Amino acid sequence: MLSPILVSPLVDSDRKPDTPSNPLEPQSRVAPCEHQTGKVKTSPALHRAFAFGEPLPSARLSRSPTYNFTQPMSTIEAEVDALRTEALEALTQADGEAGREAWRADWLGRKDGRLTLRLRALKDAPPESRAALGKSLNELKATLESELEARRESARADALASLSADAALDVTLPGRPQSLGRLHPVTQTMNDCIDAFAEMGFRVFEGPEVEWSRYNFDAVRIPDDHPARDMWDTIWIDTLIEGERQILLRTHTSPNQIRVMEQTEPPVRVIVPGKCYRQEATDATHEWMLTQIEGLAVDEGVRMSDLKGTLYAFARRLFGEDRRIIFHHSYFPFVEPGVEMAIDCFLCRADGSDCRTCHGTGWIEILGAGMVHPEIIENAGYDSSRYTGFAFGVGIERVAMLRWGIEDIRHFYQNDLRFLRQF
Amino acid sequence: MKLPLSWLRDYVDVELPPAEFAKRVTDAIAEVEGWEVIGEQWDPELVRVAEVLAVDPHPNADRLVLATVNVGDGPKTVVCGAPNVAAGQKVAFATEGAMLIDGHSGKLSKLKLRAIRGVDSAGMVLSEKELGLSDDHEGIIELPGDCAIGAPLVEAIGDVVFDVSTWANRADLLGIHGFAREVAAVTDQPLREPDRSWSESERSAGDFVSVTIEAPDLCRRFTASIIEGIEMGPSPPWMQQRLIRAGMRPINNVVDVTNYVMLETGQPLHAFDYDLVRGAEIRPRRARPGEKLTTLDGIERDLDPDMLMICDGEGPVAVAGIMGGGNSEVSESTKTVLLEVANFHPGSIRRTSTQLRLRSEASLRFEKGIGPDLARYAQDRALHLLEQVAGGRPAAGLVDAFPTPLPSPRITLPAARIEQVLGIPIEASEVRRILIALGFDVTETAGAFEVTPPFWRPDVALPDDVVEELIRIHGYENLPTTVLRGALPEAQPRPLERVREHARSLAAGLGFQEVVSYTLTSGEILSRVVASDDADRAAPLAATNPVASQHTYLRTSLRGSLLSAYAANRHHEDAAMRFFEVGVEYLPTEADLPHERPVLCAVLGGQRLERWERPGPERLDFFDAKGAVESLLSDLGVEGAFAAEGHHAMLPGHSATVSVGDEAVGVVAQVHPDVAASFDIEEPVFLIELWFEPLTRAIPERPDYAPPSRYPEARRDLALLVPADTPASALLDVIRTHRARGVRITADVFDEYRGEGVPAGQKSLALAVRFRADDRTLSEKDVVRVEQGLLRRLEQDLGATLRV
Ligand SMILES: [Zn+2]
Repeated sequence: MLSPILVSPLVDSDRKPDTPSNPLEPQSRVAPCEHQTGKVKTSPALHRAFAFGEPLPSARLSRSPTYNFTQPMSTIEAEVDALRTEALEALTQADGEAGREAWRADWLGRKDGRLTLRLRALKDAPPESRAALGKSLNELKATLESELEARRESARADALASLSADAALDVTLPGRPQSLGRLHPVTQTMNDCIDAFAEMGFRVFEGPEVEWSRYNFDAVRIPDDHPARDMWDTIWIDTLIEGERQILLRTHTSPNQIRVMEQTEPPVRVIVPGKCYRQEATDATHEWMLTQIEGLAVDEGVRMSDLKGTLYAFARRLFGEDRRIIFHHSYFPFVEPGVEMAIDCFLCRADGSDCRTCHGTGWIEILGAGMVHPEIIENAGYDSSRYTGFAFGVGIERVAMLRWGIEDIRHFYQNDLRFLRQF
Repeated sequence: MKLPLSWLRDYVDVELPPAEFAKRVTDAIAEVEGWEVIGEQWDPELVRVAEVLAVDPHPNADRLVLATVNVGDGPKTVVCGAPNVAAGQKVAFATEGAMLIDGHSGKLSKLKLRAIRGVDSAGMVLSEKELGLSDDHEGIIELPGDCAIGAPLVEAIGDVVFDVSTWANRADLLGIHGFAREVAAVTDQPLREPDRSWSESERSAGDFVSVTIEAPDLCRRFTASIIEGIEMGPSPPWMQQRLIRAGMRPINNVVDVTNYVMLETGQPLHAFDYDLVRGAEIRPRRARPGEKLTTLDGIERDLDPDMLMICDGEGPVAVAGIMGGGNSEVSESTKTVLLEVANFHPGSIRRTSTQLRLRSEASLRFEKGIGPDLARYAQDRALHLLEQVAGGRPAAGLVDAFPTPLPSPRITLPAARIEQVLGIPIEASEVRRILIALGFDVTETAGAFEVTPPFWRPDVALPDDVVEELIRIHGYENLPTTVLRGALPEAQPRPLERVREHARSLAAGLGFQEVVSYTLTSGEILSRVVASDDADRAAPLAATNPVASQHTYLRTSLRGSLLSAYAANRHHEDAAMRFFEVGVEYLPTEADLPHERPVLCAVLGGQRLERWERPGPERLDFFDAKGAVESLLSDLGVEGAFAAEGHHAMLPGHSATVSVGDEAVGVVAQVHPDVAASFDIEEPVFLIELWFEPLTRAIPERPDYAPPSRYPEARRDLALLVPADTPASALLDVIRTHRARGVRITADVFDEYRGEGVPAGQKSLALAVRFRADDRTLSEKDVVRVEQGLLRRLEQDLGATLRV
């Protein structure tokens, strides 16, 4: 946007005489501010525009002069001197840009400026004095033009100085509020996790939150009477199908290992984000609704060292390039071997203090993982002697809590703006 | 599980400090959740083991005694108030300056000696409370007899008790000996065996009792031994101390031995009073309909025919593998004990304990799966201990019903499989070392290992199970990090998810805060926003066991969640609020999983913020909501059409259906003030809903593109009078479809006016109309002609007249 300083000469012809034409009088609060910050640059093209401005209507109507060109040389010089004196005196009196513009029209206006008319009348002058007179008048014209320009420049400089000094802003006053929304911290964290795995070639797959118990449990080797079911307290759906309670809120995203393998052939490399549910009392670290991301890679030649490498890249991406990871032994019915992964505590850096996050061990448990159980590979119709795979599951809330130092998992789904707008 | 280090050291040497030990165990065996150091504050100089030499009355106080104790440097006299102090005991003795828990205040403080009732005391004989072992302040602690006189107490009974969480498939880790085996393998130390020797009397156990398994599918093995001549009483201090540290309460010597052996081996045992076993017979069988048994905890249990009972000649005497019955319990008068060590089907135990809501230390072990051979091992160990601590005389032999011993599985592990799974090979010598340390048999054949897991490891059945044993003991720190190789799978197009995620970030960009709400809600909240005749939504799925009653129903609409969030935040927010959530409606279907219908729902309302961050006079209104929808759709590459249409819970006349092409894709509306009020919202609040399934169908794969015109467009502002009920969209539709001389006409509404100067029943709409041709600059004459044609058409179709 242009500031009025530069715009006003261009709109001369439309402007009523009483329009404030002093470009330095602040017409709005925006323009000086922009000008002050240096956003607006003066352009030569716009300066040229001054010279071609139409005269103001008042100037146009003011006179119809006649001239006598028969005076001797000295008289000519005296007259030109008088004109110069008068013109420059009038310019000194000209008030503001409007006054300067009226002065310009009066003296230099293209149709009936006084000097313009004198120059136009040159052709009627006697040939012997025409050259001298023409020279003097043209010199006068140049003088008036440059004086006008000098006046304008100095007025502009004065105005800028005043804008910078007298009209300086209190920049500590509040900005004009803009409406700003944010993604939920769980969404942000999920997106970062997805990005990290997508870089390693993982595709996203999604499965249902309300799930068959045969997918949630039986297909991932957790039969009905197995104590491993205690690892997942289940919220069941109160609907009987064929007389049996068969559907539930998935307790983990792992049933999608089965769903993916049922639908595709190797190579498989997917991540499955989504909500999961546990029939669980809540406290600072337990919530009954949670968000997970499941990973699965199955192909010829997928090794546990690849699992470690993949999770290492993930950990560094999410928690910093200098992270270290360790695996330790764990048990999940659907993987063999099964591990948990921990990252070195980036909060206390294992300084042995009473760290709330790692409890002084220097390691923070992040996720469970392992090599896909060969029975699951076989059940998918793949040959387990040829194809191997790994799987992992990450709790997104846990990752988010670590990233931002959130102390209580129950904040996430209370939808309190005072919490949400911090991320 | 509580794992006292002192007990573990019976079987394996452990020299590591607790933190290092915990890390090694967590890396390879099971998760150490924490540990407690016993005796940390006991000064080795000031708190020591003493022997009580004599106890004499206090000359000036009836309730005090003078005990003479020996701490290794001659007799000392101590004033003592404990009722149980007796000559010959080993006790804990503190001298001046020792840090002890004050018996009254419960705080750690320094012992100061003073004369009590005129007699000087050389020190103090301590209770458990003063040592910080328990709250017991009634009597002094009696130490195990083998404690050396004068030894620092911390050396005698100091300990570290680890809290360990083990796995659902590893009953063997719930035995301290089993755990020690793993520690030995990890630290490369030898494993010691507990003493299992016992002497037989002449009579054979078979003369006392017969065992007939009537349900061999549920009871895989039942061993019974008989111990005569039992002297019931408390178990010795060392045994009690260990039970307490492992988290169990001492009861009597016989029960304590069964618990001790269970803690040691992982095999549950049960002692019956032999004289209460009717008919001298034991019959493991299914319960009969209507049978009942009062278990040891005094509760009468209703039994059903899926449950395995231990019965005598007349009826149930125990719920197999879970808890004994009160009718056959050992007591002070017990003389002969029948000791059951059996093996049950894990799933059956779990089902029964779930049904009875009765979890016991025994059932927790049985349900994980125990090798049947462990029964004999545990019998031997228990008989050894009963002989020692209860004066028992075991009858010869065991009664052993073991209908079908299972052969040990043989697993062939190709050496190449190790590297195939792990990415690294493990040397044959290391493979042998690890497996042998864990009790496996292993032989090497060409390129493979023939492996037989030990009886206590029924969880190991496949080659990959063996691979896990190898890598966890070998150490996961030896596993390198490598990068996945091979081809990438083909990308599947996921248009809906793309639109959904795009909409999600656009909504945030448009100033809406994303929220995530619980997806289970209450029927009451749903009923505020869902029409009772909405077949898809009025009968939501319910949770059988919700975490709380307000989270019973799977939401069939997100509207209630958003309005609740709006209302809750209004308590602390003054100005305009905008929220959105992306989620699914769970719409029930017949005999299948529900349809999870993806939607975006948003609410907005309140006073716009002023420059000074105060709510200004202007409120958000319908057109803020609509503008957000327009921007969203525009960025998705489509244009929405808005048709006045009522929606449930929305204010009539302020509600529109959004559509794109032929698809209805959502709603924008003011929430009905009555509905808003039901959420305690007392201001106008507006709602947006976008349905991703039809929206995705309506979005073209590529947006239309036309190069920018090289010719300028002419603009005319027109004020048109139309009947008041004519929607602006009707004018725009006519203009958009008007064709004239290759001139494209587009138009926007920039004002609506009713009132002075406009006839009643009419309104004035101000339109910015733009004319453009693709092949020429339009002349003034062209524009006037096209404009005239357009005005005639508007007048014909809609009765619109130019306002003058
Ligand atoms: Zn830490």
